[in-house]
Amino acid sequence: MPDLSINFAGIKSPNPFWLASAPPTNSGYQVMKAFDAGWGGAVWKTLGVPVINVSSRYGGVNYRDKRLVGFNNIELISDRPLADNLREITEVKKRFPDHAVIASLMVQSRQEWHDIVRQSQDAGADGFELNFGCPHGMCERGMGSAVGQEPKILQMIVEWVMEVAQKPVIVKLTPNISDITEPALAARRGGADAISLINTIQSIVGVDLDQFSPYPIVDGQGTNGGYCGPAVKPIALNMVKNCAQHPEVRLPISGIGGIENWRDAVEHILLGASSVQVCTAAMHFGFGIIREMVSGLEQYMVEKNFQTIYDFVGKALPNVRHWEDLNMKYQVKAHIHEEKCIGCQLCYTACEDGAHQAIRLQAGTRTPAIIEENCVGCNLCSLVCPVDECITMERRDDGSQHLTWKERTDAGNIPTEFNDEKAGGRHHWVPEPAAALGKERHKTLPGKARALGVG
Amino acid sequence: MAEFSTPTTAQEFAENFAQLKPLMNRTEALYESSRCLFCFDAPCIQACPSGIDIPQFIRQINSGNVTGSARTIYEANYFGNACGKVCPTEVLCEGACVYNLQDVKPIEIGRLQSYATTAAIKENKKLFGPGPANGRRVAVIGAGPAGISAACELRSLGYEVTVFEAKAQPSGLTVYGVAPYKITNEEALAEMAYLQGQFGYEVRYHAPITGRANLAALEAEYDAIFLGIGLGKTSALGLPGEDKINCVGAVEFIEELRMRQAEMQVGRTVIVLGGGNTAMDAASEAARLGAETVLLAYRRGKEEMGAYEFEYSLAKGVGVKGLFNVAPLEIVGDDYVAGVRFIRTAVVDGRVQEVPGTEFVQPCDMVIKATGQAKQTHFLHHIPGLELDNRGRIVADAMGQTTNPQYFTSGDARNGGAEVVNAAAEAKVAARGIYAYLSQ
Repeated sequence: MPDLSINFAGIKSPNPFWLASAPPTNSGYQVMKAFDAGWGGAVWKTLGVPVINVSSRYGGVNYRDKRLVGFNNIELISDRPLADNLREITEVKKRFPDHAVIASLMVQSRQEWHDIVRQSQDAGADGFELNFGCPHGMCERGMGSAVGQEPKILQMIVEWVMEVAQKPVIVKLTPNISDITEPALAARRGGADAISLINTIQSIVGVDLDQFSPYPIVDGQGTNGGYCGPAVKPIALNMVKNCAQHPEVRLPISGIGGIENWRDAVEHILLGASSVQVCTAAMHFGFGIIREMVSGLEQYMVEKNFQTIYDFVGKALPNVRHWEDLNMKYQVKAHIHEEKCIGCQLCYTACEDGAHQAIRLQAGTRTPAIIEENCVGCNLCSLVCPVDECITMERRDDGSQHLTWKERTDAGNIPTEFNDEKAGGRHHWVPEPAAALGKERHKTLPGKARALGVG
Repeated sequence: MAEFSTPTTAQEFAENFAQLKPLMNRTEALYESSRCLFCFDAPCIQACPSGIDIPQFIRQINSGNVTGSARTIYEANYFGNACGKVCPTEVLCEGACVYNLQDVKPIEIGRLQSYATTAAIKENKKLFGPGPANGRRVAVIGAGPAGISAACELRSLGYEVTVFEAKAQPSGLTVYGVAPYKITNEEALAEMAYLQGQFGYEVRYHAPITGRANLAALEAEYDAIFLGIGLGKTSALGLPGEDKINCVGAVEFIEELRMRQAEMQVGRTVIVLGGGNTAMDAASEAARLGAETVLLAYRRGKEEMGAYEFEYSLAKGVGVKGLFNVAPLEIVGDDYVAGVRFIRTAVVDGRVQEVPGTEFVQPCDMVIKATGQAKQTHFLHHIPGLELDNRGRIVADAMGQTTNPQYFTSGDARNGGAEVVNAAAEAKVAARGIYAYLSQ
């Protein structure tokens, strides 16, 4: 079997799956339960001066029948006394010495940082995660994302921590910033051992249409929260990639954001993460999801013949390029496998209304046909098709040519004027505007009124 | 032992006749509506005789606009709630769902339709009202799917409408003729009350229009007359012994069942004659009433039955046995039915032929004839100039106008017997026909 264990900036863990600092790591009871279930590590709910929370703390985004595709919270850091948390950290470490227990920290003054780091390492924490990401409540008090958004302050606090830390220090970054590599570089300059990202995204998760208040509602009112869950994975992946690719960041990355199964974890790892953290999925389904994650990761590694996690950390990074480096000679076109088509015609209407009018209907069948010369290879039809492998994108160039935008630019072969002959869409067929008005079936009149021609 | 014990209480009756398409709860409606693909030019719409914009109403349910969903349904079909429950959706909208081609369960369109409309009915949502009064009056004969649909559409066009109904309740076969496991009396009548509340037509019950004198009065008092009279009693078979006690017509049997429910009596061994959907209903109902043996006797082979396959499956599922390629010769017994004398048949060149020497008596204590309903030709002859076709159906043009220009029609009287949805859809067209005629 492949070896799932990791050594993350000096923090050892039997597998790369850690619980993120959040409600699931609020107590020793929860963390022990998680380790017993199979989690490799846990980042403790952020320690600091205990807070007081409001009632009604979470909000969800549901998509059709799927619950919590997005999730947000307005809960603050730990509301439990520090001594209780530290005593439980000690107890967990005693029972699970090989698992990773990381103390998430958030305080204000240099003295407080020194005190809490010392006390945490005395309690047995394997490392620290500095919470510079919380985008609600704490930031109003000059902590959390307020720090993460100010690289100089971030660096200064990291330096304070490094003065006393004898265990690895991870800096947790906020995504509420235009360039994630700036705080990442500040963390490096401050001497941090690793970074973790992303923290939650500042959000309003929804508005109650009757109470005219954002969710979650606290006595008829609400506030912005922090957004997470499956919906944020694409944003997290991009930011992980940005940090992993930056030549000067060069720090281990703990990937966070939208991870709920092995596949999400592998994606984070392929883009440079060497541990992953999970919160929303555990809050939704409980700690038991770890079995599927471990099993899926193992199976993937067996099939790919990877011996350790490090065999594929960042393996997709060379293929993440700037747009200007992509091969413009590469050409795919949609192909409808007629024997699989069920005739929903979503591809037709999607291409008609949302793309390039490259699909037509055919008399006598509900199976649409691709208009080859109009198809730009955008993928849209294959994305909306509800049947697996019914619409595939087929390569049409022979692979012998390679030309990028950058190369075209260097060769002076790009459009530069408004009506340039070299415009990419110049020879694409587009219907006359007024032809749209004859498309009766695009609107459905109620009932037989349609057949009668009366509205 | 029969599949079902004879129901003696309303509770037991409800259990034996449990709804095939029970009302969805909110979660189920959310899940099911989420599956709809929102097909372009959707095949389900094309398969619906009333052309309901199905993807639209499903999308409205999914987005929490249940009232808007009910409006979409009712704009196309005033019997939207009943149709959701009684339509043969397996061969209409749900049969056309593209999921079938993927061997995935089609969307439960009928149940979603009932979900949305039930919510509107229960909350008495105001969706429609009469149009501005135009001073004209229309009489509607028959408060069934055709008559009530015509009345609603005519009211929306501003006509004053009076519906004349021979029976005590509206909705026609929806309450008097549909199998109880498809829709309850309460559900059928709730929709009728809702529609009348919305549109404000007058219904006169126990008001049969029977002869020339009645018709002449209507012709004088009303600008147009809509015939929504449906079909008549079960046709006589012309067999010896047909008048014996416990030899009944299926239509009459089902009506009595719908009205008496748990008090309905059924034989221990029942023979149902016929191979259509009504025969399947009657056989299934006899079984659910506790009959020990129910035999479905049909003069051709199983595959030639007119009934939908799912209706036959339903009857088989409650223990009904088929007896195929037999023709009844006589109902035997003294005063009461004691059996049916059959002769075996063979189909030669598409024609049924009796096989000599194959007669036998199948004992039973009840016979239900499900061999078609008679046309109301006797009554229709009182309407001057009204032409019927060679099968007794009223001849009408595309807009439902008969050969007597003051008379319009739709539903079973015109199409010879179809579904509630056909009557509802055609009545809307006929109402538009009346509008065109009276606007000339």
